[in-house]
Amino acid sequence: MKLLTHNMLTSKCMKGVTVGYPLGINVSDVRVSEVDFNPEFVAKIIPKLDWPVLYNAAESIGQLEDLPKEVIDNFENDREFLKKVHHVLLEVDIINGELICPETGRKFPINNGIPNMLLNEDEI
Amino acid sequence: MFPCLKLKYLEERLQCISEFEKPKILLEQYVTPSHLGSHMLYTIQVSQYGDIDGKLVADLGSGCGALSVGAGVLDASLVIGFEIDSDALDIFTENIIDHELTNVDAVQCDVLKHLPNRFDKTFDTVLMNPPFGTKHNAGIDMKFLETALRLSKNSVYSLHKTSTRNHVLKYAESLGAKGEVLAELHYDLPSTYKFHKKHSVDIEVDFYRFII
Repeated sequence: MKLLTHNMLTSKCMKGVTVGYPLGINVSDVRVSEVDFNPEFVAKIIPKLDWPVLYNAAESIGQLEDLPKEVIDNFENDREFLKKVHHVLLEVDIINGELICPETGRKFPINNGIPNMLLNEDEI
Repeated sequence: MFPCLKLKYLEERLQCISEFEKPKILLEQYVTPSHLGSHMLYTIQVSQYGDIDGKLVADLGSGCGALSVGAGVLDASLVIGFEIDSDALDIFTENIIDHELTNVDAVQCDVLKHLPNRFDKTFDTVLMNPPFGTKHNAGIDMKFLETALRLSKNSVYSLHKTSTRNHVLKYAESLGAKGEVLAELHYDLPSTYKFHKKHSVDIEVDFYRFII
């Protein structure tokens, strides 16, 4: 699971959960692999991200490197900055671990890189 | 690469997709045939619309990942496959590894019930080969279409039975999207299940592009 995917996932569909975001992360296995860098794509996706959530997620799994705490001005034209964001969003993969609902503590396992967000009938 | 070579290359890549070991009737698990998947993807990216390269792409009901692998091969920035079934996802993962793709992700969830709203209007392109719907789950492909149109901010590509064309086009319009049939295809379903009497069943399907 990439951190871009994590930035979108919520547990809001659970009964009694009002926001369900952001999901906490416990990680036992992380893999970093090279992905083609497309600066235009990264520049387009930045405004849609919840930046503090991305920052905290990267920090919590020890993959922050030197990502700035806030989005910098004029980021569209800063190739170095976009490269850092690219790395955190797309090159870091959580292989095994779990996501945690911030309101109920319900855990969603991540196995082989895939988070299992399925809910039981009595949780909906 | 010359366009015609690209189509051949795509089809060859999709021929190496591992398939369902024990297809489940309730989930209507059929693999997207390689000649069909490759022509769809070729149209979506190479010959017509350029809707994959550098885009954020979703594959709804991704199954073993034929369309996800194809979109990954065509350089999507990221493909996210959404699938309910663990066995299908095991094969999906195997296919991603076999094809050495690092731009494909997957989430296990019920596409129709709890796909978080944060994904709304996030994807440039949504691809799907949804269940066509049977007696037991009639209209399921329209529920997939509704979700797809919610997630995409640009285009949705999908397959639906030709016999339902008027309904599909009207339904899309009622959701504020414009549908266009790009091609009529023959979906040659191999007799996957025991209850199939014939060796294979030829179903006429339409290949659609919907614009949000």
